[in-house]
Amino acid sequence: MLAYIARRLLATIPVMVMVAVVVFAILRLTPGDPAAIIAGDDATAEQLEKIRQSMGLDMPIHLQLLQWISRLLQGDLGVSLLSGTPVLSMIGDRMGPSLALALGTIVVTVIIAIPLGVVAAWKRGKLLDRTIMTLSVLGFSVPVFVVGYLLIYYLSIQLGLFPVQGYRPLSEGFWPFAQRLVLPVLALSGVYVALIARITRSSIIEVMGEDFIRTARAKGATERIVLLRHALRNAAVPILTVIGIGIASLISGVVVTESVFNLPGLGRLVVEAVLARDYPVIQGLILLFSFVYILINLLVDVLYPVFDPRIRY
Amino acid sequence: MSTKFKAAGRSKAIGMGAAMSLAAILAAPASAQTITAVMQSGLRVMDPVVSTAFITRDHGYMIYDTLLGVNEKFEIKPQMAEKWEVSEDKKTYTFTLRDGLKWHDGAPVTSEDAVASIKRWAQQDSTGQVLMTMVSDIAVADDKSFKVVLKEPTSLLLESLAKLSSRPAFIMPKRIAETPPSESIKEFIGSGPFRFVASEFKPGLKVVYEKNKDYVPRSEPASWTAGGKVVNVDRVQWIAMPDQMTPVNALLNGEIDFIQQVPFDLLPMLENNSDVNVEVLDKLGNWTYYRFNHLHPPFNNKLLRQAAMHAVGQDDVLKALVGNPKYSKTCPAVFGCDTPYANSYGQDIVIPSNIEKAKELLKEAKYDGTPVVILQPTDLAMVAAQPVVIASALRKAGFNVDLKTMDWQSVVTQQGNQKPASEGGWNIFSTYSTLATSGNPFGNTTVASNGKKAWAGWPDVPEIEKLRLEFARATDEAERKKITAHIQKLAINEGVVGPLGQFSVPAAYSKKLTGVLASPITVFWNIKKSDK
Repeated sequence: MLAYIARRLLATIPVMVMVAVVVFAILRLTPGDPAAIIAGDDATAEQLEKIRQSMGLDMPIHLQLLQWISRLLQGDLGVSLLSGTPVLSMIGDRMGPSLALALGTIVVTVIIAIPLGVVAAWKRGKLLDRTIMTLSVLGFSVPVFVVGYLLIYYLSIQLGLFPVQGYRPLSEGFWPFAQRLVLPVLALSGVYVALIARITRSSIIEVMGEDFIRTARAKGATERIVLLRHALRNAAVPILTVIGIGIASLISGVVVTESVFNLPGLGRLVVEAVLARDYPVIQGLILLFSFVYILINLLVDVLYPVFDPRIRY
Repeated sequence: MSTKFKAAGRSKAIGMGAAMSLAAILAAPASAQTITAVMQSGLRVMDPVVSTAFITRDHGYMIYDTLLGVNEKFEIKPQMAEKWEVSEDKKTYTFTLRDGLKWHDGAPVTSEDAVASIKRWAQQDSTGQVLMTMVSDIAVADDKSFKVVLKEPTSLLLESLAKLSSRPAFIMPKRIAETPPSESIKEFIGSGPFRFVASEFKPGLKVVYEKNKDYVPRSEPASWTAGGKVVNVDRVQWIAMPDQMTPVNALLNGEIDFIQQVPFDLLPMLENNSDVNVEVLDKLGNWTYYRFNHLHPPFNNKLLRQAAMHAVGQDDVLKALVGNPKYSKTCPAVFGCDTPYANSYGQDIVIPSNIEKAKELLKEAKYDGTPVVILQPTDLAMVAAQPVVIASALRKAGFNVDLKTMDWQSVVTQQGNQKPASEGGWNIFSTYSTLATSGNPFGNTTVASNGKKAWAGWPDVPEIEKLRLEFARATDEAERKKITAHIQKLAINEGVVGPLGQFSVPAAYSKKLTGVLASPITVFWNIKKSDK
């Protein structure tokens, strides 16, 4: 197992290098000029050229790439072209809200979705199953921002239970931290609950037709034992995969939720950086997201044998 | 009574009492003397000499001061300057700084700082560049005074130093002002009424200012950027919110105090709320306009520019952009209506949509169907509607229109491309400016007509350039009005710029705030905040 993990970690290096080069090239080929963004739309060509020179954007692209990679190898992601703030510190600032939102959403999702999926599979074709599946279609279909606005209107504006927006780090106390996460987590969980409940249901239904389930029943196991100990555990692999992908996408791409609830997360930073053509920030973020995806996939792969002993590395 | 209680009803209010009290405590700002404001965008570029972004300019007014200010009567008044004296030949101005001026690090403000700041600003600012062609020397006289020697008399010196909007001539410490103007400054120390709190700055998210306790305000009442900048609160924090609905909800919920610009479609949520004031603070407002590319067909043909100007109607644009006549009005003036150089020439050309006249001109010009590439940014509400209306009017007149959608930053980049539209250039783009910037032939870059050196569109009308220089030299206001009227006529007839109308964007703020000043610049001095 350790050799497998080491091999996988080593394999991340060429992947990261490829990502770095491709992202760098795509950004330089995309229309847009950071100098024009900094100076404003009435800057003269001469002023723009001077700003480009001061930021090193007038150098040939391959030299810019080499300079960036050499800094990267020293752990330096560069500084924002706009604010001059180190990219690493910007990412660090935005990491907290994104992690809190991702983990909060996944915890709530797992707590709600897996029991719902199990019950739906158990009551397959019955009213309860149909109700859960109908609700899950609704969860998929209603956009997150609509759910967000409804939650804000009823729970914040009407009842005054939670703040409308913002983020407080855990260091400022648990309740200020938690109360600002309740609404975004609820809004975002809808989609993931729907997704994971459906995956859980279909995986369990598939497993319920296997020989070992018939054997368990023949040995006199109760339906609860059959469902939870035999079916759910064997159905865990696809569920775990979806949860893993969910965590990765929650960390990198919940721009709408972050915007509606004014959470200063990584998703917003990506959009802001792209719109401002802030190359070092975009490059740093894409590298981070690639690493997160690789790491989470590795973690999911490592967890497979825990649930399904037939899988070995 | 707050909306919260009205909406919840008495029974719900009683039932939810405990939870509401708890939430109210938790949602309350950390200090009653902190103003939390949501500005039009997040602050990222901090140097008001490098960037013309309004948010950077507003940041500048928080932490820096200017030598001169402008009041609501458009009068130039001393601000950091105690006084200025003019020699008999009107070529030498001696400025004297007032007593008690200090930088935020405690050092005194000297005339060396002022001279270095003016020199840096003048290299970057378009009006400053023109001014410097008329200046023979700027020299320090002593610690508190300096002289500006002109080659010829001009009013441009005082007007430039008092310039309201991007780029105002902010005064910085000499060591900072010696940074080349193409490089952003790294240290943010001013002598203005607020101090920048570097430790709490999150680019694009949050910026915090503390009251500058050493600041000595002038004794006159505050008016625009002139008068006493008296700070009555301990802190002001600007928070950026990307979703326009969020600040409205936050203001209704008492989590913030001030929204700089409320989107027109969300105004009904705030206008009838008894806890909120909705008010246009920038009474001058903005003007929106479009530019033709004079270098390439079809708009290198004056007749076709005129055809387009007849086709596009201001009412149609303003309906699409604002949709509320309370906040918009038609105006043909390239220097703005309700400004000293307002002029009505061209109202029959640019205000109504006259498709028949446009068709006649198209025929006369023998338009050959050359496509008109219009750049349409989709991600910025203030500039997204105009291209669609222009495209529709031009199509009705018989133009072959290609509307290219993109993000605003791509428009900004592409608009500088002087090549034909088929090689990445363009034929029309539209934008808007604040009238605080555009009220004269130098602040208003759209009327510059020096060909390829002019702003995007590159009109080449030597007569306008001659008139601009005459304006700079003129010291008599009646003479200046005559010159600007002539520029107006030429700008419309030559299709230098196509005015699309004026609009104001209202601000909204909690009734806990009093003393909010109406000004073309959003200012936070003079404001008091009550606990209830």
